[in-house]
Amino acid sequence: MPEQRVIDADELILKTERQRKFITGAQAMAEAVKRANVDIAIAYPITPQSEVMHLVGDIWAQGYLRDYYRAEEEYGAMSAIAGAVRGGARAFSATSGPGLLRGLEAIASWPGHRIPVVLGVLTRVVNAPLSIQPDNVEISYLLNCGMVVLHAENQQDVFDFTLAGFVISEKVDVYIPVAVCTEGFFVTHAKGYVNMTPEDLKLPPRDPYKAPVPPTDCEIPPARIQRDAPVQKSNFMSYLIHAVWQQEIWSSNRRAMKYINHYLGGPIEVVNEDAEVFIVASGCAAAQGREAVRYANMEGLNVGLVKVKSIRPFPEKQIRQVLSNAKAIIVPEHNIVGWLAKEVKACIPNSDAVIGGPRVYGGMTLPVELIMEKVYDAFGIKKSKKVVV
Amino acid sequence: MKRYNIRIAGVGGQGVVTSAHILGNAMSAAGKYATLVPFFGSEKRMAPVEAYVRVSDQPIYEVGEVVYPNVIMIYHPQVITHGKSYTMPFYSGLKEGGMVIINTDVDIIPQEDWQILNDLNTRVFNIPATKIALDIAGTELATNMAMLGLFFGITRLVGFEHIEQAVRERFLGNTFVASGGTTALDSAIEKKFKKKMELLEKNMQVIKETFKVAEERGWVEETALIN
Repeated sequence: MPEQRVIDADELILKTERQRKFITGAQAMAEAVKRANVDIAIAYPITPQSEVMHLVGDIWAQGYLRDYYRAEEEYGAMSAIAGAVRGGARAFSATSGPGLLRGLEAIASWPGHRIPVVLGVLTRVVNAPLSIQPDNVEISYLLNCGMVVLHAENQQDVFDFTLAGFVISEKVDVYIPVAVCTEGFFVTHAKGYVNMTPEDLKLPPRDPYKAPVPPTDCEIPPARIQRDAPVQKSNFMSYLIHAVWQQEIWSSNRRAMKYINHYLGGPIEVVNEDAEVFIVASGCAAAQGREAVRYANMEGLNVGLVKVKSIRPFPEKQIRQVLSNAKAIIVPEHNIVGWLAKEVKACIPNSDAVIGGPRVYGGMTLPVELIMEKVYDAFGIKKSKKVVV
Repeated sequence: MKRYNIRIAGVGGQGVVTSAHILGNAMSAAGKYATLVPFFGSEKRMAPVEAYVRVSDQPIYEVGEVVYPNVIMIYHPQVITHGKSYTMPFYSGLKEGGMVIINTDVDIIPQEDWQILNDLNTRVFNIPATKIALDIAGTELATNMAMLGLFFGITRLVGFEHIEQAVRERFLGNTFVASGGTTALDSAIEKKFKKKMELLEKNMQVIKETFKVAEERGWVEETALIN
């Protein structure tokens, strides 16, 4: 391992010269962890996350992390992460599908406990029958936890979101966990070009005293909330304390937006902002959407893309503004419930313009041709089916 | 923009996945773009295998299996005659104006399938790839190279030197350094290296042959010559 030098976060993320490498999404996540001055990683293996945690184990063996262990299962892993972070360490974990749901009680308690941490979510089918394939319905389970939820389109996003995730989560006015989600296999096991910061530079170590709540102090919230008897009873004090605390978590979540603007170039990316018809997508559905925009433009159709990078905080205003003149809004997704379509519908006045779909689930691939069918529908174009299936 | 979404169907042991990697690496060597879809599951000899490659002179964003290919490569006739494939029929999802390359020395497409392929304006190329591999390299293991050679012969996406670079990478990897410090190579490694060099040479001859076939039979794509 090269001797690593600490450098200011803004310098590292925004200014250093980057080197292009052709790597998998799992490698990109581990490479970001390598540069994030992480103290400890704790996880329980599950496909497709195991690739990431294996690589993080490798960099621990090389000396990049101070500690690393496999927990008993996800509930234990995520609880131990809370303990490590409360104790002042910078921590990392990752999981997938059923593992995420097993750890969810602990994960959902992180924001309230003010646990700044990065959690990799490498999506996988969660419902029976058992499958290891990419389906991102699990992201919908994270949306109401209070944590920041980022959704990476490709290997580059995985690197950028993970590295910036540590910085964003530890900002004093944020101080909640950041989930970096991406599709299993499609991104984690496939290679793409990633521009990476130099290997010999790392983030400054975590300063646990730079926090809205001092760690392990039982005299003030959040620890005091659990300790104080009045809070555990049905009375107005109890309701009020918890209500205020929840408000503060969601305010913290919204305050993350300015750092998402600063480090990630904003919560959305817009391609062809004068389009008549928009595709709104996140994660690797955005990659398919990008191709669909290209196909459409080759056919002279004015189609644009809104890639949503940040699902929480959800960029309502930005999306509403871009879509203000959209004739139709197509939301392709890798899940059956259409959680992104619901979010989009809820933030625009003309929700009838939203075409929820195409949706694929169970890990199926999302062919650009399916998106194009919706594009043709939106423009009222009748195409004779020239493909034999 | 040139864009080929390729589905390769063959059987275990034919080097379907290997040739998909070589195809992608040749594009990369030429400074162009390719993406491969990793194939999961346990495979065995003579069981169906599929691999997917997207190649282009422009960046590729799309991920996932190729469901609607414009190029289908059939490495083993049994994919069609015995239905040894994950995708049935073999032309499922084929786009209009696409191409199908089949390893066979006789026409094996049933009449009703010909009707469908003609309606889709498909170009079908039959090539006795296994026979060429046996004749030139002395092993049917070079079947994949023959198929690869024909694909690049038709499309002319990359130069011959790029294919050679990709095949060389595949066979020699980064472990063998041919120049400098050769004293470090003991005789066992040298012997292994020599064998690998011979294999490399034979494979390249096979590729050269089918590359030539494309030209001799007038199969080279018109758009390929504009570049």
